[in-house]
Amino acid sequence: MKTLVYINGNHAMSKASFEAVTYAKKLGGDVTVVSSGSADLSKLGEYGASKVMVDKSLENGDAQQITRLVAAASEAIGAEVIVFSHDLVAKAVAPRLSVRLKAGLISGAIALPDTSNGFSVKVNVFSGKAFGSVSVKTAVKIISLLPNSIQPEVTGAPCAVEEFNGNVGSPAIKVIETKIPEGNIPLPEAELVVSAGRGMKGPENWGMIEDLANALGAATACSRPVADIGWRPHHEHVGQTGVAIRPNLYIAVGISGAIQHLAGVNGSKVIVVVNTDTEAPFFKAADYGIVGDAFEVIPKLTEAVKKFKAAH
Amino acid sequence: MKILVCISKSPDTTSKIAFTEGNTKFDENGVQYIVNPYDEWYALVRALEIKETSGGNVTIITVGAAADEAVIRKALAIGADDAVRIDADPTDAYFTAAQIAAYAKANNFDLVLTGKETINYNGSQVAGMIAEELDVPFISLATKLDVNGATLRLEQEIVGGLQVVEANLPLVVSCAKGMAEQRIPNMRGIMAARTKPLQVVAPIAVDAFTAYESYTLPEAKKAVKLIDPNNMDELVNLLHTEAKVI
Ligand SMILES: Cc1cc2nc3c(=O)[nH]c(=O)nc-3n(C[C@H](O)[C@H](O)[C@H](O)COP(=O)(O)OP(=O)(O)OC[C@H]3O[C@@H](n4cnc5c(N)ncnc54)[C@H](O)[C@@H]3O)c2cc1C
Repeated sequence: MKTLVYINGNHAMSKASFEAVTYAKKLGGDVTVVSSGSADLSKLGEYGASKVMVDKSLENGDAQQITRLVAAASEAIGAEVIVFSHDLVAKAVAPRLSVRLKAGLISGAIALPDTSNGFSVKVNVFSGKAFGSVSVKTAVKIISLLPNSIQPEVTGAPCAVEEFNGNVGSPAIKVIETKIPEGNIPLPEAELVVSAGRGMKGPENWGMIEDLANALGAATACSRPVADIGWRPHHEHVGQTGVAIRPNLYIAVGISGAIQHLAGVNGSKVIVVVNTDTEAPFFKAADYGIVGDAFEVIPKLTEAVKKFKAAH
Repeated sequence: MKILVCISKSPDTTSKIAFTEGNTKFDENGVQYIVNPYDEWYALVRALEIKETSGGNVTIITVGAAADEAVIRKALAIGADDAVRIDADPTDAYFTAAQIAAYAKANNFDLVLTGKETINYNGSQVAGMIAEELDVPFISLATKLDVNGATLRLEQEIVGGLQVVEANLPLVVSCAKGMAEQRIPNMRGIMAARTKPLQVVAPIAVDAFTAYESYTLPEAKKAVKLIDPNNMDELVNLLHTEAKVI
């Protein structure tokens, strides 16, 4: 079997890229990566790619151009399965590619396919309140893998990187400005997340949340009302109508745990809840709970984390 | 400008999620349907704002059964001039997108707006598929949209941040938070919605690419372990040795 993986080469390789290549390798066939941009891609060989095809002419291409590139690469190698990491590029490109190649798309996959009876893949549905098994009927299949669903595994050595001309045409979308804050961990890829809600009383109190996040190397998130009233930026809003995440550790501070909030975070492996109210619904979804005032507990937790980090 | 807003129904966010028929079907028993929040709060409201400032026409479209007309009327109560229901079961994203694209093409829409995803299937697929069917550009997860003649300036979420882009009509845009503010329908809107035109259109013949075979629910969590608020060293230790996450 031939598997193609699209990797965004405009950024340094992230864990999500290694996860996508590892996933493709585990499908059992030969893995080729197609990419654009100038990142060092040979390292993807360590995770199972036998070759990388890169179109260097395409830096920051638009979705139509990337679609043409992946379609051309797919044709060139005769791909049967195409894998994306389910990020914002995949959300724009994979649906287009699905139509172009008449290839069924599974978005938000969280496990390897089950091929015992056809080809079906487990995905998150109902914003994380349930799982679905989706079967694909078409010959070529596209899988967009949710970050943090599988552990990257080093199995080989760096591989060859070849130039590839994807005949991508000219862009239809003009980029005027890009705003990417320095050192920002994209929330969907973060393994550790510190999140806070209305219990923090006001935006001026977020310093202690950021201190804890920094001590852990975690990303920050928030509940919906906190983003709605402008205490925090919209992209930090997690939940059923915000970003759905599945980090290894989710620390919820001063968040009640409403059903719509839980929907977006209950895929987290471990949940820690800090709340003054013993009756807060979030405790039912938590692994570890601290009944206490965030303003006292969080600085102590930050100190404990720093002590631990210094010792390890 | 002729704007087409794609509307999906989704279960009310407080609905109990359960399955029937050997876990192959969503259990609709007692479930209240709403307009998918992203479609309503962001796509529809922004379309209405554009119409209010620069004129034009806003049409709502959904692929679904007659029972879904209740959800269409809810959307019409917020605004919109008319609605279209493609009379078919929206079996998968491709089937749905192909139906909407066929209608959009036949009726020359300038701008097609969707929500960034539905809160039941979370696929984020339909908008991109419509764009490919129409062979027009697609701006995903837009948080801002301003009209300047035939050119639109948009802000969209990208990996790790935001970008500002310009594109020309015709265009497909999926809308995310920031685009507009939720509107609560008033009595006049609700009354007017009852008599707004709702056209029922026969589906085109096209095969779905994918199918939902079965569903499962997450395992119930074990009881929470309470930690003394004065002993954060113990929590850190448990996260390291027991949970193995730090
Ligand atoms: C259609 C719809 C969609 C929605 N989507 C989302 C969504 O995507 N994400 C989301 O988050 N919400 C969503 N909501 C809102 C949700 O229902 C809740 O209202 C919201 O999550 C509550 O936010 P909160 O927990 O920050 O605030 P509150 O419910 O006000 O809770 C604050 C908590 O802080 C605790 N607290 C107070 N002081 C302290 C202290 N000093 N130390 C520690 N704890 C303290 C309180 O005990 C309380 O539990 C949605 C609602 C609807 C209707």
